[in-house]
Amino acid sequence: MKLPAIVHKFSSPRNFYVMSGKLIPWFAWPCLILLVAGLYYGLIEAPADYQQGESYRIIFIHVPSAWMSMMIYMVMAIAGAIGLIWRIKMADIVASASAPIGAAFTFLALVTGSLWGKPMWGAWWVWDARLTSELILLFLYLGFIALQASIEDPRNAARAGAVLALVGVVNIPIIHYSVEWWSTLHQGATITKLDKPSIHISMLIPLLLMAVAFKLYYAASVLMRARSELLKREQNARWVREIVANES
Amino acid sequence: MSISEFFHMGGYAVYVWSSYGLAFVVMLAIFIKPVLTRKQIIRELRMKYRQQERQQQDNAQAEN
Repeated sequence: MKLPAIVHKFSSPRNFYVMSGKLIPWFAWPCLILLVAGLYYGLIEAPADYQQGESYRIIFIHVPSAWMSMMIYMVMAIAGAIGLIWRIKMADIVASASAPIGAAFTFLALVTGSLWGKPMWGAWWVWDARLTSELILLFLYLGFIALQASIEDPRNAARAGAVLALVGVVNIPIIHYSVEWWSTLHQGATITKLDKPSIHISMLIPLLLMAVAFKLYYAASVLMRARSELLKREQNARWVREIVANES
Repeated sequence: MSISEFFHMGGYAVYVWSSYGLAFVVMLAIFIKPVLTRKQIIRELRMKYRQQERQQQDNAQAEN
């Protein structure tokens, strides 16, 4: 299948650099505003939980981080596949730039889960299906990063990384459905189910604010990473020379 | 809710604040890293381009 010419035009390195530069503030500032609002509603406005007391406030970090860990993985795998099939350099760069951010969110999901688990379950860690599959996700990210770092040719590195990312996609539905397929200590889905969310609106609002803020955060930071990488890879192009010359 | 109650978090202060603190540190680091990388790349490229220009001038002089 051939892509329309316009896709190639807009995914050209130069266009990507210019457009993403304009987009970043539109992601970063709303992100900051939503973060402040989310923290206010999450830490101050939302009442304590009737069973968990104040400790449940960890979910406002934990749940959005866990969602991001899976969403970023899917972006990484899809971008990798696009790079593999249509040889779009920008897609390869987005895949590579996503990996450290995804790994960071996976790490946050695991650690904040642990910090919640200790007072609530009485254990920092249990080998439950949800926790174990999320830990495997962290290893997939780290494996992707290590694999790409070990291959010098950027095109080969992108190809190998994309294949690894695509194979690892099988873990995503396992993470999502783990709480249904196995009897886990980890609770089931509260928000992402067809039924009405079983969470009170006063707690749902900060959760969603944080979730959207995290998505915008990812959008801004993946573009920032991609732009740096672009300058390095395209350093012999005339437009990069112009940018470097204009930078004070 | 008083300020001290807020920081006390109903006895879960250690868990709640270390979660928020860690998230803050990690997200800040992830955000700052590309800013620093970009500055460094621009610095390196500027040196590289200058060197290339100098070399070109030298070559031109050598030909004359």
